[in-house]
Amino acid sequence: MISFNTLNLFLVDLLSFLPDKLVFTISGLIMSVAICTFLIGLGSVYTWFERRVIARFQNRSGPNRWGPFGILQPIADAVKLLIKEDIIPATADKMVFIAAPIIFLCTTLLVYAFLPLGIDSQLGNINVALLFVLGITSVNALSVFMAGWASRNKYATLGAIRAVAMLISYEVPMAISLMGIVMVSQSLSLVGIVNAQSNIPFIILQPLGAITFMIAAIAEMSRAPFDMIESESELIGGYITEYAGMKFAVFQLSEFLAPIFTASLFTVLFLGGSNPLKFLEFLPIPGILWFASKSFVITAILLWFRSTWPRLRIDQIMGFAWKVLMPAAILNTLLVGLELVFIRDNYILQIIINMLIFVVFIYLIANILGQKRLKLKEPVPSELANMDA
Amino acid sequence: MYGLGLIKGLGITLKNILFLQRRNTTQYPDRKASIIDLAKLDNKNFISYAFTNPMKTLKSMMGMIVISDKVDQHPRFRGEEFSWYEERCTGCASCAKFCPLGIIKIVTDQTGKNYAEGQNYDIETFDIDIGRCMFCGLCVEACPYDALHMGSGFEEGQYKRNDLVIDVERLKKAEKKPSTWFRPQLEQKDDYSPFDEEIAWDKVGRHQKPSKKDLKNKWIRK
Amino acid sequence: MSLNSELVTINFGPQHPSMHGVFRLRVTLDGETIVDLEPVFGYLHRGTEKLAEERTYVQIVTLTDRLDYVASMSNNLAYVSAVEKLCNIEVPKRASYIRVIVAELQRIASHLMATGFLLNDLGAFGTPLMYCFREREKILDLFEILCGARITLSYMRPGGIFQDTPQEFWDDLELFLESMPNQIDELESLITGNEIVLSRTRDVGILTPEQVIDASLSGPMLRASSVKWDLRKANPYEIYDEIDFDVPIGATGDTFDRYLIRIKEMRESLKIITQCINLIKPGPVRNEDVPLIIRAPEGEAYVGIEGPKGELGFYLVSDGGISPYRCKIRAPSFINLTLLKEMTAGGKIGDLIVNFGSIDIVLGEVDR
Repeated sequence: MISFNTLNLFLVDLLSFLPDKLVFTISGLIMSVAICTFLIGLGSVYTWFERRVIARFQNRSGPNRWGPFGILQPIADAVKLLIKEDIIPATADKMVFIAAPIIFLCTTLLVYAFLPLGIDSQLGNINVALLFVLGITSVNALSVFMAGWASRNKYATLGAIRAVAMLISYEVPMAISLMGIVMVSQSLSLVGIVNAQSNIPFIILQPLGAITFMIAAIAEMSRAPFDMIESESELIGGYITEYAGMKFAVFQLSEFLAPIFTASLFTVLFLGGSNPLKFLEFLPIPGILWFASKSFVITAILLWFRSTWPRLRIDQIMGFAWKVLMPAAILNTLLVGLELVFIRDNYILQIIINMLIFVVFIYLIANILGQKRLKLKEPVPSELANMDA
Repeated sequence: MYGLGLIKGLGITLKNILFLQRRNTTQYPDRKASIIDLAKLDNKNFISYAFTNPMKTLKSMMGMIVISDKVDQHPRFRGEEFSWYEERCTGCASCAKFCPLGIIKIVTDQTGKNYAEGQNYDIETFDIDIGRCMFCGLCVEACPYDALHMGSGFEEGQYKRNDLVIDVERLKKAEKKPSTWFRPQLEQKDDYSPFDEEIAWDKVGRHQKPSKKDLKNKWIRK
Repeated sequence: MSLNSELVTINFGPQHPSMHGVFRLRVTLDGETIVDLEPVFGYLHRGTEKLAEERTYVQIVTLTDRLDYVASMSNNLAYVSAVEKLCNIEVPKRASYIRVIVAELQRIASHLMATGFLLNDLGAFGTPLMYCFREREKILDLFEILCGARITLSYMRPGGIFQDTPQEFWDDLELFLESMPNQIDELESLITGNEIVLSRTRDVGILTPEQVIDASLSGPMLRASSVKWDLRKANPYEIYDEIDFDVPIGATGDTFDRYLIRIKEMRESLKIITQCINLIKPGPVRNEDVPLIIRAPEGEAYVGIEGPKGELGFYLVSDGGISPYRCKIRAPSFINLTLLKEMTAGGKIGDLIVNFGSIDIVLGEVDR
């Protein structure tokens, strides 16, 4: 089976007449350029996919004019954005204004450096890849704030303020919810985590952690119902209000890459990455296809959420992070820790306990948050003016 | 319980994506045809169609076959391209008077030709500036002889504003496909559709061309 | 070190995705919290009232189409009722029924628009809006069958309606009445129980009965604040006194109530239409004695009807000429905007957008 590593070895063989360090650099460069190009292509195809799917959710057709099923639409969009005038507001801080989209795109692409897309299919394997991913995603908050602040636009600034508050709050439960995985797999390397799931994917072992991570990740990439940062109906575009042309395209591209990235990360962390599903193991499907199909399902579910639910208010979003996700993440960590001490090898019992606690927790939180608001009062006609009386 | 409403909502959207026939975009002016559409046009099962016409099937899968549908439009549709029947028009200029925007201009013959009772004036100018028209149809309602009708078209885009003025020559030459707006006699004809046929002048009025006697009774004695 | 913070003034509109047209709000913000707001309008002022003074009475019908352009039928109805009162014109019974049917259809269409855009303002990615538009499209198709246009209808005339309905209309109306309750149910299960909608709209923008009466609000805004007042019942016009229907009221007067009232009113409208279909009999639809150019006797008349957005009134003064001496329009959208500040001050930006959406304004009517 062709994996990244075999390709890499082939490249190294090809370049073996050069000094060792140069060979390493050139082959690495070629591989990373290939991955980046592939990802950018994937991102543009994803824009088409998202528009098509959401259109179908809404009984529309979606883009269908260019190419079969409108698949060439992203190219048309890109050309249109490329030839647009590149406007920089007169009062904007030019350097920061230009740097923001570049940083945004770079951080999004950098995540893929250590993501195992299949067996032996990653650009690099470092032992703290998970930390790296968490760290590099936090840089997004910086670039969003740079964009908002440099625009000198009140909407953009408001969006940036929201972004910083929200992204940083959701970082915390997201990181803590991953602690359970790290404790079980005893590794911060993503390859190690995937290998640890060869029997049971972590979504079954730690449902509470999985759902906490999922919600936090949706908020991190600011998708519905947490799309507070660029909430169209409130802040027009949030931090991208003043951007036009190619810079806007870069922002859009990285934003459309975010669901793909979230889905791949979720696949790696909780769905067992490139491991095949247990009951379909006999099928001769390569790992990278397993990875792709699992990510695809996650992106589709994200789209489903996006097309169904309205958006929460800023205070509710922040409250949700600290009042619900935070306890859930801590509870998950505590639970996994206790289980590791007492019933380390009894997976069945662990699954049963975790599932039970998951259901009870969701039920409790739902009741604490929900009951009071759900009751509708019985209307009583006012005595001030009543046409029946 | 909290959360049930959210899940119910997800169910509704899922229902809408699964039942594709609920999609109700009307694509205009044309749309990409799928194999199923082509097979329907040929009255065939789409599988057998795909086997008999592999080239067309491939093309349609590439989105290269375009078919145009008729836009669903009721005969009462108030469209552009007014249908005007010279034979019925007496040049009374009721339409011009009733137009809220004053965009109809009528000039009748000044030479004294056809001035006798029962004859129609020659219409020298009949300009309708549809660039300003709002298609309220009051001119049609005002016409006592059913000479003016709303049209059924709506694709009258022009490059110059002057081209939007429909003059008497154009009205004479135009295909007569009157809308049934305020013309109940056209509606009484079964299956009348303005898209199909050109209607002759003696078919569109409430009555035949008024005779001398009629005119005397109706317009002079009163 | 001390933090120095100051208020920010920000313009919402006239170019803003959720300002329902060219409406402008000058909002003073303290961070995310709204301190003060001031509406600025007039960007769509077309001088309809003045234009009406130089049109004949029938020609003005075409102007009323363009006031509240999502509810042209109701505008037509209010205007022709005023003319009929001014000139003592009798309306044939069948015309009255058809008028009520189309006015209720228009109410459903308008409420669908209001609901859809409220959800759009809430941040639903267009899905409820598209479902609402899907249903509204059926109503517009019905209107096309009736009068050849979909938005600018010009359907009614003083003394009736312009022409009797074709048979297709009744067939399609039957189909519509069959499908619509299910569609409203579907819409409700997508929105009403949704916890995000609930948490966004419950107890937001509360208006007390005292406030709404003092500000002379009307329509769903008034009824949501548990004031039972509906002109269709309080002062029946056309044939509403023969028809049995409920007037839904809200409990708290918050944004959610305003949404729920609209949904309930749609159901009541369906009830009214069904009863009208059963009661309607063949007959003339237009009073033939009314000429195209009406010379109204000297005098004045005011008629208010219960439009989709509230009390829609036309006040006509005649000096005996062929056009009114003065025409004043009581536009419900405009008056319902009065309490926007009271609803919103102290809330968040998100609340502002949602409250604004729940008022359901149409700028063509606000600016006239």
